[in-house]
Amino acid sequence: MHMADALISPAVGGAMWLATAGLTVYCASKLKNQADDNRVPLMGVLGAFIFAAQMINFTIPATGSSGHLGGGMILAILLGPQAAFLTMASVLTVQALFFGDGGLLALGCNIFNLGFWPCFLAYPFIYKPIAGRNPTPRRIFLGASLAAIIGLQLGAFSVVLETLASGISELPFTTFVLLMQPIHLAIGIVEALVTSAVVIFVWRARPEVLELASSGRKFGDFSLRPVLIGLVAVALVTGGILAWFASAHPDGLEWAMFRTSGKEELGPPADAIHDNLARVQEQTAFLPDYGFKSPAEPEGTAQAAEAETWPSISAGTSVSGIIGGTMVLILASCIGLILRKLSHST
Amino acid sequence: MVNIDTALVSIGGLNELASQGTIIHRLDPRAKLITTVMFIVTVVSFDKYAVSALLPLVLYPVVLTALGNIPPGAITRKLLIVSPFAVLIGIFNPYFDQQILMHLGGVPISGGLISFTSILLRFVLTVSAALILVAITGFEAVCLALERLKVPRAFVVQLLFLYRYLFVLVEEGLRIRRAYALRSPGSTGVALRVYGSLSGQLLLRTLNRAQRIHQAMLCRGFDGRIRLARSFQFAARDEFFVLAWGLFFLLARLYNLPVLMGVMVEGLL
Repeated sequence: MHMADALISPAVGGAMWLATAGLTVYCASKLKNQADDNRVPLMGVLGAFIFAAQMINFTIPATGSSGHLGGGMILAILLGPQAAFLTMASVLTVQALFFGDGGLLALGCNIFNLGFWPCFLAYPFIYKPIAGRNPTPRRIFLGASLAAIIGLQLGAFSVVLETLASGISELPFTTFVLLMQPIHLAIGIVEALVTSAVVIFVWRARPEVLELASSGRKFGDFSLRPVLIGLVAVALVTGGILAWFASAHPDGLEWAMFRTSGKEELGPPADAIHDNLARVQEQTAFLPDYGFKSPAEPEGTAQAAEAETWPSISAGTSVSGIIGGTMVLILASCIGLILRKLSHST
Repeated sequence: MVNIDTALVSIGGLNELASQGTIIHRLDPRAKLITTVMFIVTVVSFDKYAVSALLPLVLYPVVLTALGNIPPGAITRKLLIVSPFAVLIGIFNPYFDQQILMHLGGVPISGGLISFTSILLRFVLTVSAALILVAITGFEAVCLALERLKVPRAFVVQLLFLYRYLFVLVEEGLRIRRAYALRSPGSTGVALRVYGSLSGQLLLRTLNRAQRIHQAMLCRGFDGRIRLARSFQFAARDEFFVLAWGLFFLLARLYNLPVLMGVMVEGLL
């Protein structure tokens, strides 16, 4: 179950799409330079494997419920970060297009949440240092487990941030976090067990596969660029949230002034220069007080302000809205039926 | 996640719909992709209390399914399957936002209820747009359209390969799953101890297959460069399609059309 378009705003969707697009371009160019012929069919087939494996449920012992593989870590271990990111992105794209699992605008968020954290953070900084070049089952288990759990926690937290920044859902931060993180901790533990099980099996049956996968990349080859792109995206989203919280309350200076002088801002001295400059500033400031000049309130102001100045909800327009809405639905259905009749008869 | 037994039917079904020859199917895939993206951005750009303003946008999926000869049941079934995420998150809205915003014939309606309805509407509109896109275009055409729209070639190639081998691997996974089910009556899922070796087997078969595919490609002259055959051109009717819908989305976004219609009707009465 991936993030849906119904819960994000264009700003958040757009920002995450930019981050994902940047990472995709980076991965594609990196792969072109590596020039490994064999990788092309391998990525496609492994993507199909992850897709198929996700559909086979296994029972979780002692709980009776079932779970399924996520796959980001297995891909990263077998293909390396860049190829794994592209493969994960392709799997998520097919899921969005064929099953509607995850919206098209939210696809940027989903690819980032499920691709960036496992491939560019968990794999190089957790799994590789622990498992090393010659892994043993114990080190595989430890590395894969930690990487899977932390990767999933970061992914779940990203979902919380993105939903919060969009402002469509009313869930407050603490409730949402308390909901998401424990669930994804459980899912992470399951993913850890499954990933280790599969990788350890491959290590026992065909160890050269793992060696081949890890030898292609230098051990200390940590590229910072994808991490930077990811962090910029996170910064954009958190900046949006902080601005949303910040706009409601007076800042420290205004608060202090209010306490001491009873006014939040000192009035300007009444002389010509100040007047003129103030008038110029009024003309040029297109975002006075960090909001929009027009009477319509910006999205992020406090609940009370929204209630008193929000223009659309009044008794008059709501009744018209209902009448009009019903008419529109009836009209749309009629148009649909007529068009269907026409296309059948031709 | 989708059940493996029905996944192939699901994907195959959309494919069959995509191979029809209606007027919508014959449009340039880029036009349909761009219009779908415009549609989703428009839907998502409304504020959280928009309900009546969203309703005119229902016209887009309705017209496309009608002209594209797509049975509404196919889309609605998939909508129901993926609804849990949006519904579960949205259902908290009436709980957290209890401020009464309007009265409907004496019944007070809270802001949370309005925003929850908005979430449901958005969900239906955006998900159906994505599914309809594949049903009227076909997955391969969408990938080729992406490539023409400057998406990195490595990613488009990956999508095409994934799509091609999806069927092969899902069938193989299905065989493994069925063999296991036949040998362990009454089980709902694979036991965890066995899962590692089962998936591992599937993975090793996958890797062998990748090796064979690569050899086959080399035998047919693969030299590392992927060449894609695409032969579509943007005609006048594609431009008209994009512009007309774009204009409609803009109008629906800027003006609350149902409210205008309702006011007109009230004025006449």
